[in-house]
Amino acid sequence: MLLFSCPNCGPRNETEFHYGGQAHVAYPDQPGELSDREWAEYLFYRQNTKGLFAERWVHSTGCRKWFNMIRDTVSYDIQAVYRMGEQPPEGLTAPPAAQAKSQPLAPAEANPTNTSEGV
Amino acid sequence: MTTEHLPEHPDFLWRNPDPKKSYDAVIVGGGGHGLATAYFLAKNHGMTNIAILEKGWLAGGNMARNTTIIRSNYLWDESAAIYEHSLKLWEILPEELEYDFLFSQRGVMNLAHTLGDVRESVRRVGANQLNGVDAEWLDPKQVKELCPILNINDNIRYPVMGATYQPRAGIAKHDHVAWAFARKCDELGVDIIQNCEVTGFIKDGNKVTGVQTSRGTINTEKVGLCAAGHSSVLAEMAGFRLPIQSHPLQALVSELHEPVHPTVVMSNHVHVYVSQAHKGELVMGAGVDSYNGYGQRGSFHVIEEQMAAAVELFPIFARAHVLRTWGGIVDTTMDASPIVSLSPVENMFVNCGWGTGGFKGTPAAGLTFAHTIATGSPHELNKPFGLERFETGALIDEHGAAAVAH
Repeated sequence: MLLFSCPNCGPRNETEFHYGGQAHVAYPDQPGELSDREWAEYLFYRQNTKGLFAERWVHSTGCRKWFNMIRDTVSYDIQAVYRMGEQPPEGLTAPPAAQAKSQPLAPAEANPTNTSEGV
Repeated sequence: MTTEHLPEHPDFLWRNPDPKKSYDAVIVGGGGHGLATAYFLAKNHGMTNIAILEKGWLAGGNMARNTTIIRSNYLWDESAAIYEHSLKLWEILPEELEYDFLFSQRGVMNLAHTLGDVRESVRRVGANQLNGVDAEWLDPKQVKELCPILNINDNIRYPVMGATYQPRAGIAKHDHVAWAFARKCDELGVDIIQNCEVTGFIKDGNKVTGVQTSRGTINTEKVGLCAAGHSSVLAEMAGFRLPIQSHPLQALVSELHEPVHPTVVMSNHVHVYVSQAHKGELVMGAGVDSYNGYGQRGSFHVIEEQMAAAVELFPIFARAHVLRTWGGIVDTTMDASPIVSLSPVENMFVNCGWGTGGFKGTPAAGLTFAHTIATGSPHELNKPFGLERFETGALIDEHGAAAVAH
């Protein structure tokens, strides 16, 4: 069982919390203008990072408040916990706003470098 | 110290070739789905100049970690069609692959514990029968007759109010399934290349033309991804995203016992499924851990809750000891249905999203994915399971409705 440091209640067992998936996914600014592809991105496409991941949890049986966490999805080590509305600490994860940018399902633009290296 | 002469090594079931410079198609992932895909590419489409690239050893991922349940009692027409086709393939594959992998059609029971469960289950039995899937509804007395060790008293937290039953469902020996496919693939000329990790893809414009690996660059006409929990990592290398989330899914086995459990019992409501392997271990699976994870392990409370449920349903298990527990990484989709599809990259194809139930789908995944790769368009059975459905909204929502234990 993981031990989480709730920003309001301090260290508590994982069983007191519920998971909320990727953090920092904003509701679309202009929902009426989204294409089907963009709705699909918002509803179904999330980062599935192997490594440091910014995610949300809610302390269901404690303060009942949501908060953010940076956790390594391989080692499960927790690197940081921060409140809703705050940005992740520098250097712990790629800017989530950039990660959430949509990529088309339709074929992408031609790749001028001719290769796509692994990351 | 003397060294005794060891007996000769038995014949190997497949070669271990070095990768060639180029292939007509490369399958990434040497688990059940990758092996089945290569088998059907060779057998049905005459594509034998192909390779399976496996970063570890053959069938050492989820194929080595699942609870081997095979059934087809899904609610929706699209799911019933593909899973029932899979079950029919399971019925003929031991003969076709000339390998008895102990497919045992001992039936699968899905328990109902609430009035809501009962209504949903009876509805699913009706839907199954209309789709030609064998299914029946059992009352608690009939449940007890089929599986005498089940506790059907009504004084437990989640009493058994009945069950759906699929007699043709069952289990198979997962390692032997992999070996059966691997041997046939090898005979048909497929190169099975282990310890070969894909590190990148080579593209000409938006078309994939090769694979970079830990054992060098391999040129290929086509690439099929069969990497389950690591599908997102590969897709990212290729420059696109998939609508899946990887979670740990845990299971455990007990020590060996006399045969006491004649069928397979699943409970969606209390998140446990139990069968007894041929050797005698009780094999139990849990629900997924809630968080995203690639660690091939999960949190202990999931195992604890699963065992509490198992002991309440099967009081006879109270003194059984856990031999080992483990976790796999399952690739879940939002509608709990798989993705067998073209991808945004030309000549690259994806088979993923089978989530917690990929083992049973192995033959159908192989058949339909091979068709998709060979012809460039989906087979009738996997047409509904394309990536487009997340844009059109034509989801196949099998969450809860399909006896899927999540």
